[in-house]
Amino acid sequence: MIDRNSWLFWPDSVALSILALVVLVMLFLYAARKPMHGMIHSVCNLVTQSTRFISRWLFLSADNLRLRNQAVLLAHSQESAATMIDREFERVGNIIRKDMQEFPVLQRKLMEEVTKIDDDYRRCGDVPPPPPEWVDALESVSQLKSGGDIPRKLLEDINKSIQKIYDKTISEYRRSYEERHKMLKGMQPSLRSVDKLMGEMDKKMVSLHANAKQIDGDMTKFAGMRAKDSKTEHALTVSAFVQLAISSLVMVIALGGAFINYKLIALPMSEMVGASDYITDNLRTSDVAALVIILMEASMGLFLLESLRITQLFPKIASMDDRMRRRLMLASLVFLVILAGIESSLALMRDMLVADKAALMHDLSSSAPAATQGWMSKIPMAGQMIMGFVLPFALAFVAIPLESVVHSLRTVMGVLLVQTMRGLGFVLRFTGVVFRRFAGVLESAYDIMVVIPLMMERWVVALRVGTSAKEQAEPGRAS
Amino acid sequence: MKGLLLVSLMLFSALFVSACGDSRMHSQAVYMLVDTSGSYAKQMNKAAKVINYLLATLNPGDSLAVAKVETRSFTEKDIVAKVTFDKRPSQSIEQKRAFKARIDAFAKAVHGSAYTDITGGLIQAAEYLNETRAGNKTIVIFSDMQEDLDKGTVRDFPIDLKGIRIVALNVSKLGTDNADPRLYIDRLARWKARVRKAGATDWVVVNDLDNNMESILNTR
Repeated sequence: MIDRNSWLFWPDSVALSILALVVLVMLFLYAARKPMHGMIHSVCNLVTQSTRFISRWLFLSADNLRLRNQAVLLAHSQESAATMIDREFERVGNIIRKDMQEFPVLQRKLMEEVTKIDDDYRRCGDVPPPPPEWVDALESVSQLKSGGDIPRKLLEDINKSIQKIYDKTISEYRRSYEERHKMLKGMQPSLRSVDKLMGEMDKKMVSLHANAKQIDGDMTKFAGMRAKDSKTEHALTVSAFVQLAISSLVMVIALGGAFINYKLIALPMSEMVGASDYITDNLRTSDVAALVIILMEASMGLFLLESLRITQLFPKIASMDDRMRRRLMLASLVFLVILAGIESSLALMRDMLVADKAALMHDLSSSAPAATQGWMSKIPMAGQMIMGFVLPFALAFVAIPLESVVHSLRTVMGVLLVQTMRGLGFVLRFTGVVFRRFAGVLESAYDIMVVIPLMMERWVVALRVGTSAKEQAEPGRAS
Repeated sequence: MKGLLLVSLMLFSALFVSACGDSRMHSQAVYMLVDTSGSYAKQMNKAAKVINYLLATLNPGDSLAVAKVETRSFTEKDIVAKVTFDKRPSQSIEQKRAFKARIDAFAKAVHGSAYTDITGGLIQAAEYLNETRAGNKTIVIFSDMQEDLDKGTVRDFPIDLKGIRIVALNVSKLGTDNADPRLYIDRLARWKARVRKAGATDWVVVNDLDNNMESILNTR
């Protein structure tokens, strides 16, 4: 160990020794002042330049990455939008095809109804009763010149006959109106039918209008993507973040389901692969086997959804011909059903093992016979079996959020990476600026340590300047 | 299809690796020596309780043997029951039931022995445990640890208990111990020194069978 006093020139007088040491150090620092200033300046300059260079590179890389992200995002979104528009057109096409097919029938039906209504309407026309014959007789009587009883009698007879004819005509008229009312009543179903047909047509037109509106919206988006405008890009990026959040949530729920599934089959798997086999120190073979079964189920689900074209993670499956794709779909479904059946059996076995172990524990802990369990004890067993069969199918749907995560994660990671690079670039830039100023601060701090020699230097310089000024002045005086 | 192949490959590789792993390294083997001399013959119910605990705790693949300590205990004849549990849980449960039945039969017909050869029992136990090649080996001694050898029985030589854990259970105090507790303390200290010298990994004394039973095994 180094003795502390070994630094002292005169160990007996510490203060004097320290003073001498300080003076020596100060002299050394004063002598090294210029090289030290140079070194501080160089180091700070080096740091400033380096950080500036790296910062510029980071900003440039971030810009490139942003452009690349934009291209990928727009390309993917365009593809999705094109698929959606395609689907909408397909729907519209189906509606039009179906309705156009029905349209001649509908039109004929409508025309028939209209003709029928027209006929009925014509038949309902108001036909005035024919003029009575007594009008001519009345005219003849009015032309008679001589009066007397004969015209009066004649007129009375005419009156009677008019009354008779009038009654007859009125009854005829009423009967005729009754018939017309009946005809109008008969027109009601035709009118209702026409109204129904018109309603149907209206509904179809509304549906078509909604589809057209949807296509309009999608086309606007698509146009925005084609134009690469920042608003659309921002909207797509936000959408990717939202999608990632939702998909991640669904994936977490699915993971919970997978964990329950794993717990359900881990114990009975030990019956198949052995409970005492280990792959590593803490990893049992039965646990790994259970995990593999669950992963197989998820994979089969993935292939099933891929072959159904619900997800598109594997382009090869999507590009397969329909016959091959149908075969793959069938194979995946069969495998999934088999795995679900296996899992259901394992769930049953688990229940049996647990019950057997419970019975053994009871035997070991007491000599009393175990209480017989009723049908209630079968409920958990049935529940486990159903869960064992259903969970693989539920797990199969994890492919949908998985695809969403895969697609949105690229965008989100890209955005985060760009932001990180920009942040890092800013920090480096700021560090460069700080170091540029810091060089001056360090030089000043160094000068504080050698302040006494510096003062002396200034004093000597001032003295010299004074002496030389004096010398310059003295020859003048002498002359 | 590539994914399918990959998953299948994973499954088969997992099964292959499992087949290659040494499963015995993770298993336990327990050899229980039950003292049947003097008053200990009447404490068989306590010993049965310990055996039941062991049966409940041991897993498939583990080994268990129960032997009595008699006048000369270095013999397989003293082993009451021994079993290595099957890897399948359902089979191991059946084996446990059968083991319990044999222990119950032994407990009913136990006879006291004249002498107590603990050392002979330890050598026999070590031999059995080493044969099992288990990762954790434990000898449980249900005795007062007072060795009493017959004439002609030679046990004063170094024994090998390398890698074995020794648990002394229900070490009851003798009448002389009550008069001078140092005898009891010295007896246990002597045994501790002896088994340590023989290479035992641990020496544990468990007298509270109601609350401290879990100290018997090194649980994973």
